[in-house]
Amino acid sequence: MAEAQIKPLTMNFGPQHPAAHGVLRLVLEMDGEVIERADPHIGLLHRGTEKLIEHKTYLQALPYFDRLDYVSPMNQEHAFALACEKLLQVEVPRRAQFIRVMYCEIGRILNHLLNLTTFAIDVGAMTPLLWGFEEREELMGFYERASGARLHAAYFRPGGVHQDLPEGLLDDILDWTNRYPAFIDDLETLLTENRIFKQRTVDIGVVSLEEALDLGFSGPCIRASGLPWDLRKTQPYDVYDEMDFDIPTGKTGDCYARYLVRVEEMRQSLKIIRQCIAEMPEGPVMSEDHKVTPPRRDEMKTSMESLIHHFKLYTEGFHVPAGETYTAVEAPKGEFGVFIVSDGTNKPYRCKIRAPGFPFMASIDQLSRGHMLADSVAILGSLDVVFGEIDR
Amino acid sequence: MTDTNQNQAISNDVLKDQAAKLESLQLQVSALLGSRVLAIETFRNELCFTVNIADIPSILIMLREDSGGAFTQLSELTAVDYPSRAQRFDLIYQLLSVTYNRRIRLKAAIGDGEVAPSVSHIFTTAVWSEREVWDMFGIFFSDHNDLRRLLTDYGFEGHPLRKDFPLTGTVETRYDDQEKRVIYEPVSLTQEFRDYDYMSPWEGVQTAMRQDDPKPTEDSE
Repeated sequence: MAEAQIKPLTMNFGPQHPAAHGVLRLVLEMDGEVIERADPHIGLLHRGTEKLIEHKTYLQALPYFDRLDYVSPMNQEHAFALACEKLLQVEVPRRAQFIRVMYCEIGRILNHLLNLTTFAIDVGAMTPLLWGFEEREELMGFYERASGARLHAAYFRPGGVHQDLPEGLLDDILDWTNRYPAFIDDLETLLTENRIFKQRTVDIGVVSLEEALDLGFSGPCIRASGLPWDLRKTQPYDVYDEMDFDIPTGKTGDCYARYLVRVEEMRQSLKIIRQCIAEMPEGPVMSEDHKVTPPRRDEMKTSMESLIHHFKLYTEGFHVPAGETYTAVEAPKGEFGVFIVSDGTNKPYRCKIRAPGFPFMASIDQLSRGHMLADSVAILGSLDVVFGEIDR
Repeated sequence: MTDTNQNQAISNDVLKDQAAKLESLQLQVSALLGSRVLAIETFRNELCFTVNIADIPSILIMLREDSGGAFTQLSELTAVDYPSRAQRFDLIYQLLSVTYNRRIRLKAAIGDGEVAPSVSHIFTTAVWSEREVWDMFGIFFSDHNDLRRLLTDYGFEGHPLRKDFPLTGTVETRYDDQEKRVIYEPVSLTQEFRDYDYMSPWEGVQTAMRQDDPKPTEDSE
């Protein structure tokens, strides 16, 4: 009998697939139900953000950051605002720093809520998603009350935050932080010891610490591999160095460890939010340097100088001293970095966005080789990818 | 008042501490790299070494393997385009050491059409970063196993992040009802692309930068 030639089956996963977390086309070479090679085709959501930013003033560039990882918009604005402040050497008032830190943590919970619950639905548990979105709705309400927008906030600006918090918002957030732990407990009863969930995630997609470093991992994914590395602790920005919180780490580096790390991170975020509310100082929320930040509305009605500042700022924008900086923050998904090259004009010469999801996506081939098809879905879910930031 | 003074004293200490750390790092890395360093730049507490593009792979290995360096992560690999220069691109390598909690940046100039050595066999994360740089800037990497385009469309032409590539692109797509498929056409703008020059004809740059000056002359009138 002649030897039969077996050709691996090539399968398309996506671009329109609910488990692809957006628009991912994954070309899989299968041997039966085992993955031999995974080739992600990304770029279906590429909008040329970096090119667009080169043609916009610094202030106009900021809202593009909301549209990268649209699950936690403010965390990314934070990176850009910090980079601008670093180049401009602007002092940010303390109240603004506290507000930013608080909203970053709200963003972290927003992100983890979406990730954990969609991860659960990927591996077959439907209820967490329905519960989680109810909580997300409440958090987006907090976004809206501060910034006027549920998603694309454009709230953090170079020099502070756009406007002060409305009355009563802090009380409502505090009230919510007291209710929220019960939700995390409920979520955990559904998943943490769930037999099916553990069968789908334990020992799936294991990443050793060495691999994680080599692959450029950061955030919860590197912490799940056992490295207590968190930019909020190691390279603190704003008032993170005054906050008291722990960094959860995993031991195994598998999908289950990544899940556990995120659940614990939500509890730690609550701790930070409570501290921010308790210690929130009074005072301005925007730097008083009106060459960078807009003047107050009432001043504009009476002061010619303020009117000039306002006009100059919203047409020409502010000029940033020539130089370059790489500024990174701990976004919910990992290290979100902004590399800005300024040539001294009012527009960035080059703005490179280092999205945490990009290396995660690049590692899909290495992680899913030898796994079953269904496991690739679990791996994808546990890595927490959002195509807004990967494709840029 | 005393509180702010104290805060200022603390932040001064922090700054001094940072500067000292940066200087020791600079000495350490320059000692390690020796004559391969072409220039050192410190700006806003960030350290940047300019090196030759050919030396990049050996330097990355050295910085990673050296126990005092331990730059085990390549957080970023990107390029910047300066069309007016003879060697128009700068390749940027942003390194992170999680052991010592510090970052450095390497920079290497490369001309259009020149070939850069790939570092994808040193840091796996560079595989996709180099694909992106190839896609966006058209810088070719030697010894890269899989240098396909990454983010742009199948069959895309040109390199979008080059400064001479138009913001609007060159082709646009629409669904053609006769052909029953999406077709590509050259971009046609109903109105010419408007890129206003908002740069002030007055001395805007100097006044905006001079923060310690309470009353800029322009506004005092």
